[in-house]
Amino acid sequence: MSQGISTAHSVVEPTSGTRWFAGVVVALYALVTIIPLAWIIMTGFKTPADAISYPPKVVFSPSVEGYCNLFTTRSRQTPEYIASLPPANGTCEQIAREQKMVVAGPSNFVPRFTNSLIIAFGSTLLSVGFGVMAAYAFSRFKVPLKDDLLFFILSTRMMPPIAVAIPIYLMYRELGLSDTRLGMILLYSAVNVSLAVWLLKGFIDEIPREYEEAAMVDGYTRLQAFRKVVLPQATTGIVATAIFCLIFAWNEYAFAVLLTSGEAQTAPPFIPIIIGEGGMDWPAVAAGTTLFLVPILIFTVLLRKHLLRGITFGAVRK
Amino acid sequence: MSITSPLAKRLAQATPAPIAMRMRGLSDRWIAWIFVGPTMLLLLAINIFPLIWTIKLSFTNFRANRPNAEVSGVGIDNYVSVLTDPDIWAAMQTTAHFVFWTITLQTLIGFTLAYLIDRKFRGHGFWTTLILIPMMLSPAVVGNFWAFLYQPQTGLFNAVAAFLTGVSPSSFSMLGEVSLAPWAIIIVDTWMWTPYVMLICLAGLRSIPDYIYEAAEVDRASKWRQFWSVTLPMVLPFIMLAILFRGIENFKMFDMVNLLTSGGPGSTTEVASITLKREAFEKWRTGYSSAFAIILFVAVFGLANIYVKALNHIKSR
Repeated sequence: MSQGISTAHSVVEPTSGTRWFAGVVVALYALVTIIPLAWIIMTGFKTPADAISYPPKVVFSPSVEGYCNLFTTRSRQTPEYIASLPPANGTCEQIAREQKMVVAGPSNFVPRFTNSLIIAFGSTLLSVGFGVMAAYAFSRFKVPLKDDLLFFILSTRMMPPIAVAIPIYLMYRELGLSDTRLGMILLYSAVNVSLAVWLLKGFIDEIPREYEEAAMVDGYTRLQAFRKVVLPQATTGIVATAIFCLIFAWNEYAFAVLLTSGEAQTAPPFIPIIIGEGGMDWPAVAAGTTLFLVPILIFTVLLRKHLLRGITFGAVRK
Repeated sequence: MSITSPLAKRLAQATPAPIAMRMRGLSDRWIAWIFVGPTMLLLLAINIFPLIWTIKLSFTNFRANRPNAEVSGVGIDNYVSVLTDPDIWAAMQTTAHFVFWTITLQTLIGFTLAYLIDRKFRGHGFWTTLILIPMMLSPAVVGNFWAFLYQPQTGLFNAVAAFLTGVSPSSFSMLGEVSLAPWAIIIVDTWMWTPYVMLICLAGLRSIPDYIYEAAEVDRASKWRQFWSVTLPMVLPFIMLAILFRGIENFKMFDMVNLLTSGGPGSTTEVASITLKREAFEKWRTGYSSAFAIILFVAVFGLANIYVKALNHIKSR
């Protein structure tokens, strides 16, 4: 933590010219870096023809076709059949009819998205729950081989996911956990618990021991002190850790694509395989991507003060 | 950050040590075991047990798609054939090339950005948050939408590149050409992870106390000199930490490559994880791929350990 003793006219203050230059360069970089993302969000509102037009269209008339295609499956019908139907109810039906199609039913997007939510929240709950207990023990007690255990917990993150996936695949096949939400929750919890322990240990280390000791002098047991003194003090840290775990589980792809195929499939392996008639349905893919990214954008803004800590396993604190 | 006051510390020292032992309830020793237990059980079940199983499999000719076939031990044959397989070495080379360039670019751009942001111009908080967004996204989803941007002729990337260089946007395909595909992946990875390096560098820059610069000013050290003898050495441990984390992650890189090129064209972008996936889940050579997995793990683990030693050496200087 910097403890600068800067004064108003310090020699280390950058000149206004330097500041101006730095500001322009950084703003330019930020704008360029955000273009791909803006482009995807825009593509979600294009028609399939506009999405792959040449040259790429910056100005276009917005359409919800991408979102319709994302949420529904459609089937092609003869013009006579479509003419015989009652007037279309709903925008999506209307758009489908214009292309000689009718909406056949909901797509798999909602179930996949729901799987993502259940698995992400389930595994976060488990890994933060276990993590906060282990972190407290590592922070406060003499655990035999503490440093080795902590390093071991961290090193489980160094395995390439594909390498772990081979035996997990076999093990889950034996146990009947293949393609189940429970299996994925357990797997992501195990991956996340290392992050949770390391981050939370850092947060709990910062809570003075004297607080609990005072509470215990007042007659609290160790467990009561943990519950009524340490946990409330660590709330910020717990929430930040939980968001990091959520983001990891939400974004995870390697395990999901290898170990799930239907029942428990999450959104990341599903979104890239949304195919329309005659190739990739890019507006639908872009719409799915946009919906998938919105929670992450919100979390990034909420987390910005703790980002550094989260991404370095608590090694760098501000 | 810590709120420990000297007074509280002194009070704690004055408190007799065995106070906790006289408390009611479970002893601390028991609580420690109960608290660490669930985490250890989870890791044993989902990490260690599978690891041991992988080691066991790596000495056999087991194939996961034929669970009923007879399995026999083959000794260290799998390890020998992995280490003498030219395809594996090609994959390792591809991985090394990828790791080297992504880390170089991300460090250079990331540090420059951090340095500029540390000039504390108005609105730097807003721009920083904007810059950080890419690294929070799912690498798989990112890979997928960059595949769209890289579409020959109609993709945005081709259109912009054509506009800037004057070549025809349909004359090249970032993902389809042997000479361009590795760079296509490096560009996406750099786009995504430069903010990561930037954020760590920024923490490093902000940890340098102003009085060091003030002292340097008093000594009439030029700005250039200040940069090389104050800024860089003090940020170096942070840069090295960023490189460690990026190195481990990119060594394992799978998601983005799988969705951008899945190793193609040919095997020009086939990094180690992609080879592993092909061997394990497409060719179903479980024993062989287990041996490869163990070799990879030992390599990451070994390299990371050596690197951490070097890092601590620099820190203690």
